[in-house]
Formats: sequence, structure tokens, C-alpha cells
Amino acid sequence: MLELNDVNTWYGSVHALRGVSLSVGEGEIVALLGGNACGKSTTMKSILGWVKPRSGDIVFRGERLIGKRPSQIVDAGIAPVLERRRMFPQLTVRENLMMGAWRRRDSKGIAEDIAKMAEIFPVTASRAGQAAGTLSGGEQQMVAMARALMARPKLLIMDEPSMGLSPKYVRTIFDLIVNLNQSEGLSILLVEQNANVALSIASRGYVLQTGVVVIADRAAALLENPLMQKAYLGIA
Amino acid sequence: MPQIVKNALENSPLILFLAALVAAPFVISNQYVLQIMIFIGIYVILAQSLNLLNGYIGLIAIGHAGFYGIGAYTSAMLTVDMGAPFEVAFLAAGLVAGAFGWALGRPTLRLEGIYLALATLGFNIIVWLVLLNWNGFTGGPLGIKDIPRPSVFGWEVDTRIENYFFVLAVVAVVVFTMARLVNSRFGRALVAIREDQLAAAAMGVNVTRYKVQAFVISAFYAGIAGACYAHSVRYISPDSFTMLESFILLAILALGGSGNMIGPIVGAAILIAIPELFRAVSEYRMLLYGLVLIIVMQVRPQGLFGGHHYDLRLRLFDRRQRKAYRGDVFLPPEAM
Repeated sequence: MLELNDVNTWYGSVHALRGVSLSVGEGEIVALLGGNACGKSTTMKSILGWVKPRSGDIVFRGERLIGKRPSQIVDAGIAPVLERRRMFPQLTVRENLMMGAWRRRDSKGIAEDIAKMAEIFPVTASRAGQAAGTLSGGEQQMVAMARALMARPKLLIMDEPSMGLSPKYVRTIFDLIVNLNQSEGLSILLVEQNANVALSIASRGYVLQTGVVVIADRAAALLENPLMQKAYLGIA
Repeated sequence: MPQIVKNALENSPLILFLAALVAAPFVISNQYVLQIMIFIGIYVILAQSLNLLNGYIGLIAIGHAGFYGIGAYTSAMLTVDMGAPFEVAFLAAGLVAGAFGWALGRPTLRLEGIYLALATLGFNIIVWLVLLNWNGFTGGPLGIKDIPRPSVFGWEVDTRIENYFFVLAVVAVVVFTMARLVNSRFGRALVAIREDQLAAAAMGVNVTRYKVQAFVISAFYAGIAGACYAHSVRYISPDSFTMLESFILLAILALGGSGNMIGPIVGAAILIAIPELFRAVSEYRMLLYGLVLIIVMQVRPQGLFGGHHYDLRLRLFDRRQRKAYRGDVFLPPEAM
């Protein structure tokens, strides 16, 4: 459903993405892996319309995305869960969810979705009236996911959902991701440094290095790949 | 109990306060005190106008007196030089200031923080210099005198009491419309942009558009305040619209607290009244002024009414009013 074809993105004179090609299928979880400054975030920004690639193609459900505004890309059905959660700290949890539905005008549907989020993420109900900035990191990650889902996306892009969370919470979050994927048929592009956890739930993975896709394979094969084991999985 | 009565009870402090303001000129016979209350009203409009930028959308604009001056001169020149009716000139003051807001905002609102602040400061200086030096057009340093008193659809605002009520009415309209604005979808977008611009953009909020709109609306209100000033004092000169004036506005927001409706009102009342209250110790009164600011910054850095839980709720007029923000914790973004 999402197809990147030979995408080249530049920051001024810096060539950040060098011919990146990748795809996410309908109802698939795909991991995008790599260390710092490898181009993971730039890939995400290119998809979301925050930076405009100089060449290449980004196609989502038959629609070309390059040149579209971020709001149009939200309308097309792609919602991001941002790195470090990026709450609106002084807004309440409920208001944060409302902001996620910013592009929607169906107040009835929005109310239904808020009730639905309360089932999937109980914290959005128990802390509904509390300023989002006062929640713990793990709770904020829940709210961030619920907020993204409020846009009723078909594809969720998650940027480093495991960052700064305790291992227990990482497990909880990833279980929720799998649940969403299975029950809603939601496609997920998982941008992660933590390759172990990401590959445990993804069906396929791409490894970026200095703006180039160096490995693209099924998750199981990636876990076996000696280069992967050495560089990203911490197995000698 | 009918809804309207419930709403009235809930708003009783607000209603009592308004009643006191209406009764005040009949109790206070001192013309001088009345004049100061008129000034406070004008500064409430200005502070509300700046609050939309500094408080709600989080843009640091420090040259607001530029728009204030443009409004004052527009209204004064239209009535004095061209004999335009007051109602037209009054509205034109807002519109012309708003147009300048657009012209300044379009190119500069891509700037952030200190850079935007410098651009607005520069704007203020340019406006002041033009008013001062373009003798043939603005009257130069001599200013404009004999500005007619307000006359609104047949109501000749001749006495000081009437002037007071005129300004009070404008303040009421400004505060009411501003409260509606910040509690609307538009207002939510502004606060979201202040809280996290990137996240707001990710939700599909068109950040630049809202910034420009907020800037234009804010400039419009500042222009209206300028017209109120010109026709109340009946003499204007460039010196009333210098950077000092802009800094007083910033001090009002710092003292009263921004990001809610009450802070700017309280801040304006206190900071405009203090220099007058301490006229007896004339040489020291500016010292006291500074001392008050320093003490407040030490004791309550967010201002007297900083935070959202003091939000002015106008339930009387809007049944669907959302609950005011409940968050009362201030966390800098870097602590997240």
C-alpha cells in the first residue's frame, strides 16, 4: 500500500537519502532499522511531507505523495506516532486525542473513537482530564498511539516507540501494536533502533546505513543474518 | 433551575465585577481617577491583543506598539484630515493595522523565537520613525491635535463619563470576542501550536496559516485600541508609540500572566495604576514599578494569573462551552 521508489532527499548540500526503495503491504508490520543518523527519520519525514525529496516516487494506495502538504497526507490515511511522544503537555489527555482527530469533522465518529481508545488504552480514560505532560513516559506513549489512531489512519508510522521506556513497558507497547495490526488490519511502519524487539513483531525489515538500504529481508532471515547479529542485535 | 439562572450564578463574580465597573463613574467623582480607568481599559485591549500571540500561540512579539500607533494615526488622520465619520475611522484603524499585521506576518512568521521578536521590534522602530519624520503626512513630531471625540451612531461621547462608558463597551466587546475565539477550534489550534508545533503539524494543523491569522487578528485589536486612545486623549504624537510602550505591554503580561483571559486584565489594571498611585513619591515611583515586577518574577514567575485554571468562562453565552483547561502544572518541553 506504501511504496517508496528510489527516493533521494537532500538537506541543502547533504544527501541524506540515497535512492531508498521500500514497501509496506496491506496489513503488514514492517521494521525500518538502523543506527543514529542513518536516515530513518528522514525517510519518515519524506513520507509525511515534512521534507520534499528531490527525486523518486512515494505512492500510497495509488496516490503520489511527493509535493503534498502534511495535512493532505494525514487525509490520505497516514498518521505518525512521533519520536519522544511529543505530547501537548498542558492540554489534557482528552484534548490531545481531539487534536489527533484535527482533520476530521464528524463529531459523532470522534466521540465513538474516543470511547474505543478508552478500551484499547485504559489510561486515556482514567487520565482523561489530566494534563498530558504529567503522565509517565509509558503512559504518554499510550496516549501518543491513541492520538495517532484518532485520525483513523490506514498506515501508522511509529518513530522509536521503545525510546526511553522500561523493558516491561516496551513489551506492553509492542503487544498493543500487534493487537492493533491483527484486530484492525492496520499497516504499521516501525522505525526503530531496537532491532531485537522490532523484528520480533515485524514480518519484514529494512536496514538503513548512511541513507542507503543495505539489507532488505524477511524478519526471520534478518535475525539470522550474521551482519545484522554483529551490528544491530548485539550477538557476537 | 433554568439553565440561564444556573449560568448566571456560576458567573456571579463576573457579573458583580461588571456591575461595579458600570457603577464606578457614578461613585467616583474624581475626573482624574476616571481618566486613569479609561487608560486601563485601553491597555486591557492592548494586553488582550498581545496575549493572543504571546500567551496562546506562543509567538514572541515585542513591537506591538507599532500596530497600536498605526491604528491611532489611521483613525485620527481619517477624521481630522478627511472628515470621515468616527464609526468608519474606528473600524478602519483596526483594518489598516490588521493589513500591516498581514504584511509583516507573511514574511516573518517563518522565523522563530528571538528572530521573530527582533523583526517585530524593528517594525515598531520603523513605524515610530515614519510617524516622526514624514512631516507632510503624519504631522511629524508635533503630532495630530483636535481629534474629534467619539460619536457612535448618534451618541456624542462628550463628557468624560461617556468616554469611560465608550471605552468600557469596546473593552467588553473585545474581551467577549476574544474569549469566544480562544475557546473555539481556532483557539485549540493556537494552543496546540504553542505546546508543540511539530506535533500540531503532524496532526494536520496548518501552522503557518494559523500564525498569520493570529497575527492579523492581534494587530486588528491593537489598532482598535489605538483608535480608542486617539479619540479619548484627542492628541497623539509619535512618542506615544515607542518601544517603551511595547515593553509596558510585555510587562503587563509578565505580571498578570498570559495564556488566559484574566491575567492581561489584572496586569493592565495594576501596572497602569501603580505609577499614578505613587505620584506622591514621584521620583521613586518608577523604582517601585520595577520592584513590583522583580518581586512578582521571584514569587510567581508565571505571573499572578499564569496557567489555565483561571480561564474566564462565558457559560452565560455559550452552553456548549468546553471545560476550561485543567492542567495546572508547568513543564518546560525539555523536561518531557
